[in-house]
Formats: sequence, C-alpha cells, structure tokens
Amino acid sequence: MKSILIITRRELNSFFDSLIAYIILALLLGFTGFLTWIRGFGNSDVFMLNQATLGQFIGVAYWTLFFIIPALTMRLIAEEKKTGTIELLLTKAISDRQVVIGKFLSTLLLICIALLLTLPYVITIASIGNLDLGEVICGYLGLILMSATYISIGLYASSITSNQIVAFLATLFIGLFFHIIFDLLKGAATGFIGDFFSMLSLSTHFESIARGVVDSKDIIYFLSIIILGLFLTEVSLSKRKISG
Amino acid sequence: MDIKIENLTKKYGYQKAVDNISFNVKTGEIVGFLGPNGAGKTTTMKIITNYLNCEEGEITIGGKSIKTNAEEIKKHIGYLPESNPLYNDMPVIDYLEFCAALQGIEDKFIPGRVREMVKVCGLNSEKHKKIGELSKGYRQRVGLAQAMIHDPEILILDEPTTGLDPNQIVEIRRLIRELGKEKTVILSTHILSEVEATCDRILIINNGAIVADGTAESLRKKAKGNEVLSVRIEDGDADTIYKTLKAISTIDSVDFTDRSKNRFEIQSSVGSSSKREIFNVCVKNGWVLTEMTPSETKLEDIFRELTLN
Repeated sequence: MKSILIITRRELNSFFDSLIAYIILALLLGFTGFLTWIRGFGNSDVFMLNQATLGQFIGVAYWTLFFIIPALTMRLIAEEKKTGTIELLLTKAISDRQVVIGKFLSTLLLICIALLLTLPYVITIASIGNLDLGEVICGYLGLILMSATYISIGLYASSITSNQIVAFLATLFIGLFFHIIFDLLKGAATGFIGDFFSMLSLSTHFESIARGVVDSKDIIYFLSIIILGLFLTEVSLSKRKISG
Repeated sequence: MDIKIENLTKKYGYQKAVDNISFNVKTGEIVGFLGPNGAGKTTTMKIITNYLNCEEGEITIGGKSIKTNAEEIKKHIGYLPESNPLYNDMPVIDYLEFCAALQGIEDKFIPGRVREMVKVCGLNSEKHKKIGELSKGYRQRVGLAQAMIHDPEILILDEPTTGLDPNQIVEIRRLIRELGKEKTVILSTHILSEVEATCDRILIINNGAIVADGTAESLRKKAKGNEVLSVRIEDGDADTIYKTLKAISTIDSVDFTDRSKNRFEIQSSVGSSSKREIFNVCVKNGWVLTEMTPSETKLEDIFRELTLN
C-alpha cells in the first residue's frame, strides 16, 4: 500500500510540476463556469432556466472530463516506455500492479481536486434557490465514477504504446463507444439488442446515478470497467516478460 | 548474497538471445561481463533484475528462486540500466528520495541515505537541479546513486562508467571495488582495461553463450600457452647472438625486432620458460643483457580470438 502511495505522490507532483494540472483545472473550471453561468447551450444556463439546479453543470462537466482525461492519462505509461524509465521503475521493489494502481489513483485524485474546486458553483446555486443536496452528491458521484472509468481505459491505452498521441486517440476512440455510440445504437435497436446496448452505454448508467438513483447495477457497471481496464493494463505491462 | 544461474535460455522470437548460460557469483565477487554488441549481456542482466522472465532455466539469489520471490529479492538488488533512463522533470534530491522510498527504506533514514549518496557520487553542486538539466556524466552519477541508495547486497551495473570523465572513472572504479568486498557485483562494459582494473572475474559472452570464464590472468594463460619475451642483448654480433639463441632447446622461435639495436622477440615452446637459459648464454659469451620483458597477451587479443568466428 505504501508503494502505491509513493507512486501516486510522484505522479501527482509531476502533474503540477509540468503545468498540465493547472491547464486542466483552468479548462474544466472555465468551460463549466462559462456554460453554467454565462451562456449555456440553447440558453440553458442557470439564469435562463431560472431554476436552482446543477443539471447544466453536470452535463457540461460530463463532456469536458471526457476530453480532458485522455490528455492526462496518455503520458502515464507511454512516456515511461519511450524514455525507458519503466525498466527502472519495475525493477524496484514494487509489483506491476502497484505501479498501475498508483498511477490510476494519481489521476483520479487530480480529477477529484478539480471537482472540489467547482464546489463554489454549488454553494452559489444553493444560496439563490432551493438546491436538492441528494442531486448534488449523486451528480458528483457519477462524475467521479465516470472519470475513474475513463482513466482506467486511458491507462490501458497508454500501456499498449510508447506514443502519447496514439494513447490519447485510442482512449478517445474507446471512450466514444461508451460515451455516445452505444447510446445511439440503443435508440436505433429495439428489444433484446436495444437492452444490450443500453446496458453497455455509460451515459445510461451515468444519467441514472445523476438523477439521484444509486442502483447497485450502475455501481457494478462502473467498477467492472475500471477493474477490467486496470487488469488489462497490468497484463500489458507484464507482456514484456514473455515477449516472443 | 550469492547468485546462481542454471541453464538460462531466453528467446526473442526464434532468435536465442541467451543460450543455456550457467554461472555462479559469490558474495564479495566482482564479475565483469564482456562481449560484443548483441551478445546477451544486457538480456542476462534484465532477467536477473526480474525485468524479463526466463522461460527456461533457474536463477536463485541468496538461495531463493526469483520466480517465486521476485518482490523480496528486488529489494536486495541495485540496478543501473544500460541507457540510464531517469525522470527528467524531477530534481536530483527528489528523485533519490523517491527511489529510496520505493526500495522500502524507512522514512527517517531516507534523508541520511540521500545525503550519503550525494556525497559518494559527487552530486553536491547539482543536487537541486532537475535531472533533465544535467550533463551526461552527472546523469550517470545520478544513475549510480539510485542503484546504491538502499545499500543493496547485489549491484547490477550495465556499463557504469560511460560518459564519465577520467577522474570520475577512477573514482567510480574505486567505489565499485570497495563495494565489491562485501557485496555481489555484476558489471558489463566494452572497456577491456576497466574489467581488468575492477573485476575479480571475467565472463566473456558471445552469441548468448559463455565462451570464457576466469580471472584476467587465467584467461591469458588459456589464450596463449607459450611465453613471449622481448630481449635486447648488447656487446655482441647480432647474427651470432641469433644463432646461439636459436640453439637453446626451450626456444621455439627467435625474431629480430630491431637488428641494429640487437632486439629480439623470443617465443618459448609450450609450457616452458627460457629466461634462465638466455641469461646463462649471455654470461657465458660475455654479452650484456640490457632488456628482458615478458610481453603479455593483451585482453583485446583474447577478446577478439574468442568472439570473432
């Protein structure tokens, strides 16, 4: 456990040292702030809607995070593979799994810090109207689960290549399926197939949590993708050993 | 901790990088890996450090197999990879602290270890710089520092002195010899004089197989059985001396190296020495022996002989 935290701390420091963290924070706060308060899509900002709801903010964050996370995860392993530092890291007294989990947690922590900084929005909305606390908590929970899912996918994409651009695009490509394509297919198909795509679609599960219904089905969905992603990353790291 | 390697084989596809290698390294021994590029030195080191798996064969370190005790054994190994990869965005001190923590050193001992490594590796003037800003020599020192930070019982160094200036090379070699008294050290290098200066034992690897194993001394003996002397004899006629020398029974061949100065190169027959006979002949004829040097076979020649085929 200690080794995991050492990795997490280094990665987190590295985010802040290289300005990536600040750019990401500015982007997330800027986008969500602008679209929530000043000018929402289709005049749906808080003042136009005239409702004390976080719906607009959650919706914008949902899309912003989708594009931001691949940019954070792309370097995690790909860069180490390119510079060769992965060899040094993995020959230390630490297992492949600990490295993967440490890197995963570092990015998740950065996203949590970013989301924490959006709390002033919540406080402001709560002060001008009657805000449903349950909705707020569930909205944030949904965003965190969604972020963790894309981080896990991004980590995997980063582990299969030593090119950061490839890792970035691969994450977006895989993510796009969960984010929107399964959702579109769900609408196009009916019956069993429709249910199947509905089950795979991340947006279905996200919306259900964001609405305030925390169903074990949704939690299991997110957790299984996260664990699968981390597992595949570990496998992909271990593959060096049996390279044929 | 002893390292025991038995029948190690590693393939990349159909190509055998390491082919059925077996050797032991005892505690307090410094072993030098020599070999041409692509001989399998680095692959062997990567397997010992558990970066790569060995499909066939067995490696036991301190009596434990690395297949089953990888995490435990990794704590006792310090490794400097070939290309010396480092995190360029980290300051030297932070990086050494990170490595120390990863190797399981207790928090309270970390600053002390880092201070010691900075001193030992001569990093004091550069310790607050980012690694990316350092010159190649200083990067190499950081690489050595991170390998030794947890005072490991086994040191695996892949070309440790590349990029260092001559003073630093002497310093690092001295350090390695010092460490080698109580630790197990394996190092690889292209510099043959380095192996001679630092290692107790030399392993020459070619095409994934060990082609020679022994001290520099014993390798020399094996490579060339007969004694070669370069001799200068004065106060005599060159041709007479030549004939007299030729007549000595233990001498195989005599060549002039410089006729005007009466210099000869004398090869004795296998397994015998002719130093005394030459001296006696000179005394008998009243010649003055002004030079007699045994010419050693150079390690370079042994290396070429074993690896060029």
